[in-house]
Amino acid sequence: MYQHNRYQKGKPQQVAVVGAGVAGLSAALTLKKQGVGVVVFEKDESPGGHLQQWHALFPDREPAAGVLDLLKQEVSEQKISLRTQTEVAAVTPSGDKFRIETSQGEQNEFDAVLLATGFQLFDAARKEEYGYGIYQRVITSAGLEQRLGHGGTGLTVNGRPPHRVAFVHCVGSRDEKVGNHYCSKVCCVTGVKQAITIKEHFPQCEVLNFYMDLRMFGTGYEELYREAQEKWGVMFIRGRVSEASQMYDGTIQLKAEDTLMGRPVRATVDWLVLLVGMEPEKRAQLWARSLGLRTGQAGFFSSPEKFLHPSLTTVNGVFTAGACTGPASIPESVSQGRAAAISVLEFLAKKDEAGK
Amino acid sequence: MKPANDKWGFRAEGSEQINLDKADSSLYRRLLNREPGFAACLFCGSCRATCTSGNEGMNFRLAHLLLQRGETARLKSLTDPCLLCGKCTLVCPRNVNIRAVVYNLKIMLHEPF
Ligand SMILES: Cc1cc2nc3c(=O)[nH]c(=O)nc-3n(C[C@H](O)[C@H](O)[C@H](O)COP(=O)(O)OP(=O)(O)OC[C@H]3O[C@@H](n4cnc5c(N)ncnc54)[C@H](O)[C@@H]3O)c2cc1C
Ligand code: SF4
Ligand code: SF4
Ligand code: SF4
Repeated sequence: MYQHNRYQKGKPQQVAVVGAGVAGLSAALTLKKQGVGVVVFEKDESPGGHLQQWHALFPDREPAAGVLDLLKQEVSEQKISLRTQTEVAAVTPSGDKFRIETSQGEQNEFDAVLLATGFQLFDAARKEEYGYGIYQRVITSAGLEQRLGHGGTGLTVNGRPPHRVAFVHCVGSRDEKVGNHYCSKVCCVTGVKQAITIKEHFPQCEVLNFYMDLRMFGTGYEELYREAQEKWGVMFIRGRVSEASQMYDGTIQLKAEDTLMGRPVRATVDWLVLLVGMEPEKRAQLWARSLGLRTGQAGFFSSPEKFLHPSLTTVNGVFTAGACTGPASIPESVSQGRAAAISVLEFLAKKDEAGK
Repeated sequence: MKPANDKWGFRAEGSEQINLDKADSSLYRRLLNREPGFAACLFCGSCRATCTSGNEGMNFRLAHLLLQRGETARLKSLTDPCLLCGKCTLVCPRNVNIRAVVYNLKIMLHEPF
């Protein structure tokens, strides 16, 4: 089971990766290819993290299933030791090692730990004014991803295409009322991507995006926004939806201020889509804090050397990657995973030298 | 817009509210058919800021916004001052051919519907 690291002179070394999302798997693959023993712990039944829930990916609307399959294929080719349905419940230092305890009570020791515990979606029911969980046609962006498959049949209303769909940006982000002051970064482009997909399925459907600011930070995102306007006629209205109510026929009426017009606006829609933000994984956060890991203001893990060594933590030998360090896209999470693997290798090499 | 009966500082009738359920965007769509490029407008206001007739009330940004919301009443007064000089098209970040859009809009506003 133990393998020899390319740089290794002394005892075989073993790394624990917590979380089999894109970040954790990319890190595990990089470590394994360098000859380091890795075990990946995943609480879900299957690997892939949130990627498993998405239909098509921004900015190119590439099918998510294809990306997931490629990743899984590599994981099996590289014979990564993957422990699914195994939640890590605690990480504690033990001599010069770390003890990993699973929720089943199993304990094992590792030379280094890489946390890739990802994010959890903001619970939209907390924004009571939108009626999520009460009104049937108020859904989240994550819920919409699932309805977008099969030609969008999940969006038809009594067998007919929807007339109008509205998106609400910044639900659970940039909002002191729910305690999340930060921007979740990927929801703006997700809203634009989903708006286009709805128009692709239902060209006659009117799509409205209600935003506070549009943040198209990544390569190809601004172009996607422009495509939504020019090619698909998506209407972007600056203003935060203040409330939604259900009409007798199940449609949703929303109110906002059209802030460019300086006047209130009202519209009835077939679906109201809440672009929910990212929050740090709360359970992982708890045990990580008792391990002594520092988190930033928003609760995501933060490095003491965030510019030059972003995967470090305040505990020597524990590393982080992916959305557990803050809102991130898939390519960013993958890059972080691979970069963190290099930091782990450097740490192991030093440890190896010292041990001799 | 000055409300008609603002003697008491408020209005009892009429509403400022934009009701998108009743909005008639047919003129907007017809104009888009002629000049599709202006859908890329960001409502940044550069065109108005640089406009030769900006002080005369020419405001393409606002005219576009009203058109998109289906409000046609003020379009004439917002575009009449345009001299079709084309200065605005030099500054637009989305490269909208504003002069051509206004030109077509002017024609449509004078055509019988
Ligand atoms: C609505 C929405 C749409 C998106 N669409 C796109 C898109 O189109 N393109 C794009 O680039 N990005 C998209 N993203 C972002 C993308 O989902 C993230 O970048 C990516 O999921 C982050 O990967 P990760 O591995 O860091 O975290 P995650 O995907 O969250 O994976 C973390 C994994 O860790 C596991 N885990 C957590 N705690 C434990 C524990 N204690 N023990 C064991 N396992 C644990 C979790 O079960 C999970 O499997 C979208 C995000 C949202 C919210
Ligand atoms: S990415 Fe856009 S929708 Fe998401 S929190 Fe930031 S501004 Fe709001
Ligand atoms: S073309 Fe019309 S709108 Fe543009 S700068 Fe000249 S006067 Fe102003
Ligand atoms: S300069 Fe261009 S983008 Fe800006 S408001 Fe005018 S037409 Fe729109």
